[in-house]
Amino acid sequence: MNHGEVIIEGPNVAHSAVAEHHGHEHHEQHFIWKYIFSQDHKMISKQFLVTGIIWAIIGALMSVFFRLQLGFPDSTFPIMEKFLGEWAKGGKLSPEFYYALVTMHGTILVFFVLTAGLSGTFSNYLIPLQVGARDMASPFMNMLSYWFFFLSSIIMLTSLFIETGPASGGWTTYPPLSALKEASMGSGLGMDLWLLSMALFVVSSLLGSLNYISTILNMRTKGMTMTRMPLTIWALLFTAVLGVLSFPVLFSGFVLLIFDRNFGTSFYLSEIFIGGKALPHIGGSAILYQHLFWFLGHPEVYIIMLPGMGMASEVLSTHSRKPIFGYFAMIISLIGITFLAFLVWAHHMFVTGMSPFLGSIFVLLTLLIAVPSAVKVFNWLTTMWRGNLRFNPPMLFAIGFVSLFISGGLTGIFLGNSAIDIHLHDTYFVIAHFHIVMGVSAFFGMFAGIYHWFPKMFGRFMNNTLAYIHFFITLAGAYLIFWPMHYEGIAGMPRRYYDFSAWETFKHFQDINAFISIVATIVFFAQLVFVVNFFASIFRGRKVTVKNPWGSTTLEWTTEIHPGHGNWEGDIPEVYRWPYDYKDDGNGGDFIPQTTPLRPGEESH
Amino acid sequence: MSGFITILLVILVFVIIYQIGKASEYASVMRGQEVVKYKTNRILAWLLVAFFVLGVYGIWKCNEYFMPLMLPVAACDNGVKFDSMLYVTIVVTGIVFFATQTVLFWFVFRYQTTEKSKSFYFAHSNKLELIWTTIPAIAMAVLVAIGLKNWANVTSAAPANATVVEVVGKQFNWVVRYPGKDNELGKRDFRKINDANNVLGLDWTDPHNNDDIISQKGELHVVVGKPVKLLIGSRDVIHDVGLSHFRMKMDAVPGITTTMWFTPTITTDSMKAITGNPNFVYEISCDQMCGKGHYSMRGTIIVETQAQYDKWMSEQKSYYAENNAPAAGTEAPKAEVKMDSTKAVSMK
Repeated sequence: MNHGEVIIEGPNVAHSAVAEHHGHEHHEQHFIWKYIFSQDHKMISKQFLVTGIIWAIIGALMSVFFRLQLGFPDSTFPIMEKFLGEWAKGGKLSPEFYYALVTMHGTILVFFVLTAGLSGTFSNYLIPLQVGARDMASPFMNMLSYWFFFLSSIIMLTSLFIETGPASGGWTTYPPLSALKEASMGSGLGMDLWLLSMALFVVSSLLGSLNYISTILNMRTKGMTMTRMPLTIWALLFTAVLGVLSFPVLFSGFVLLIFDRNFGTSFYLSEIFIGGKALPHIGGSAILYQHLFWFLGHPEVYIIMLPGMGMASEVLSTHSRKPIFGYFAMIISLIGITFLAFLVWAHHMFVTGMSPFLGSIFVLLTLLIAVPSAVKVFNWLTTMWRGNLRFNPPMLFAIGFVSLFISGGLTGIFLGNSAIDIHLHDTYFVIAHFHIVMGVSAFFGMFAGIYHWFPKMFGRFMNNTLAYIHFFITLAGAYLIFWPMHYEGIAGMPRRYYDFSAWETFKHFQDINAFISIVATIVFFAQLVFVVNFFASIFRGRKVTVKNPWGSTTLEWTTEIHPGHGNWEGDIPEVYRWPYDYKDDGNGGDFIPQTTPLRPGEESH
Repeated sequence: MSGFITILLVILVFVIIYQIGKASEYASVMRGQEVVKYKTNRILAWLLVAFFVLGVYGIWKCNEYFMPLMLPVAACDNGVKFDSMLYVTIVVTGIVFFATQTVLFWFVFRYQTTEKSKSFYFAHSNKLELIWTTIPAIAMAVLVAIGLKNWANVTSAAPANATVVEVVGKQFNWVVRYPGKDNELGKRDFRKINDANNVLGLDWTDPHNNDDIISQKGELHVVVGKPVKLLIGSRDVIHDVGLSHFRMKMDAVPGITTTMWFTPTITTDSMKAITGNPNFVYEISCDQMCGKGHYSMRGTIIVETQAQYDKWMSEQKSYYAENNAPAAGTEAPKAEVKMDSTKAVSMK
């Protein structure tokens, strides 16, 4: 093996403790400033990660509860009453709370876990370390970004405990359902809290994204030209760009909804008779909200996907000991995806009565986005071709990412084509599609990132055996859960149904629904294996003894094992080459770090 | 108590799994790390291959399980076109799926690290990148072409001889209105709605309303072979008229009238024979989340012959006759008053 290989540490564990004391910037900080109101991007990243993990557990547990209802509509589960009280009297979930759970599951996973938890963690952690900066452009704003997220989280969490329950109109919260208290229990106080929480979330996201962009554009170390940046950074840059351009539109949509709910305006409301009386609203358009929502909503799925794509690229390359194939093609396809992401939103609205001609335009633009996505897949595959693959946990998750991205991406071709969407819209086919591609696949990208950078974050390794158990159960489980849903969707089975037993067309899927629920519960517990592994390894994991355990080329691995605030002791290293020089270094090694000057006669990539 | 024991057991299981994980780590230290690394790597490569093989087998079994459970043949022409387009798309994406997944797992196995293996430095190739930009682009162009052609068909204007029927969603049922003998749906106004005797807010000053027939059970009767055009509306929140057997759906949006048309080709009775299910019924499902009763918002379509349809139609009383006959004189002014009061509110 090569010199970058992991060596398990024996009894001499004092190594890392010594390393910490070299730091000339190192000075004792009070607990509060070091761990809570920290302005160190590495600590903020860990705050995002831990908050994200807590949210993920809550969100996933919700899915277990509503899967129990879907799988076993005739049974009761007393344990649910323990957790949910009145909402599951006698162990049977009420329809109101079923809808509240699916709504919160979506909101939590999409925004709090896969946006804040994913790009919040890795943008914060990797950008300064990989571009060679001491911290973010504005560490203070960065800290605010986390605390706005925290506040937003607290408000969303509070809404779970109020009498009328949390928002229950679906994570998209379409008005009039979400605008009228008479329409649904969850459209009362719960919806106000949801909107408030999401508004703060947008603030958090903007503070973070602006910081990420300025840091990447302005604070790269000497020699770190844009085309020498790792693909993670490119991906995180475009993630931030997408967020900055689309979240404000969502915000405006929310403001109008707040006005309609509380101040008697009619932006989204028209000709409504509800709760026994006709409402005074005339002339609004419920469809307007959908345009505003999906103008964020679609870029949002790329906000979720791009970090995973970037990290999978990095991980595949490192653990294949081979340069990423088509570095420039990867960047161009990221640009293509980012650009097109803004031009496809109305493919969520083919059946809203929108002009069919407009629909046709969106079909064309939507299927166009398949091309850069396909290029990325082929490039990942070619990266592995004739590589030297090491199945460390991050590598396994990156492989799983590619497999799931293919599976979930291909079904997008069905839904992007309006003539097929007209039947599959709002069926389980959609559920299967987006859970595989932006749910599980994005999670695999995130897991790849966590397993890969955990040694850098905490100076210890996560346990491999547990990681392998986690990987195989999750990958197999994901396919077992979502593959059958494609069939259910093609058979027309609608999403967001509490019970199918009264439907002649759908009731014969009961057995498979039960099967899916059982697998989902098992997969939930497999995620707890990860959680245990994560937290136990922070304190008890095998210690990292070399700076660069994976034999990686990028800058973060040139820092000390436990980097202090400021990242590098002494000068920030200079960069001389692109980030994927996995080739013979002339001394028997199989990679050349970015900080190694070009050898005489060597051409830069 | 039992809950407490369950939680304890779960925690215990995790502790055990964690300990096994730790133990395997120490074991690998004792046995010498390098050897174990290659051995583990080989095991993992095999496991991934096993996953792939089992996965393909699983797909086969899953397909076998679902085939008898899928929807019967589409009950309208556009639906049949839909099915063939779906089939083409499944074949195209299926080929790509199996090709890329096979390559992925083949590479996993073939290029796993060994004591001797070295990677091949291969950073880019314009030719390859050009090939796999062009091929998906062409494939997409073909699928878009088929899709847009079908889309234009489905969304084209309904034929002039189409029967017009109104379908209105409300929490949580469908209301169907037929135009009656004059073949014309009268005006309606949401401010005239009254759940007791004017569920759609028909304007009684419009004579076209007098013979309109309303089914509050959400029963949509249509004639086989005759195009039917649905005018879709909603009283409260957004609903969606989902017609799985006809492979189409359209949102019902308050304040906006949407439309959808199709020509049913198979009667309910023939479909009972085709599916072998005596309880077969064409169902209208609400496909847009509309509140706590969303899952129970069910309507039905009865596709029948002209004779059956005429017979059914002749048995129906107009909504006016059903509800308003005794109090027809007072109803209209009442509605006027109500309208005025709502106006007054909105002006404040």
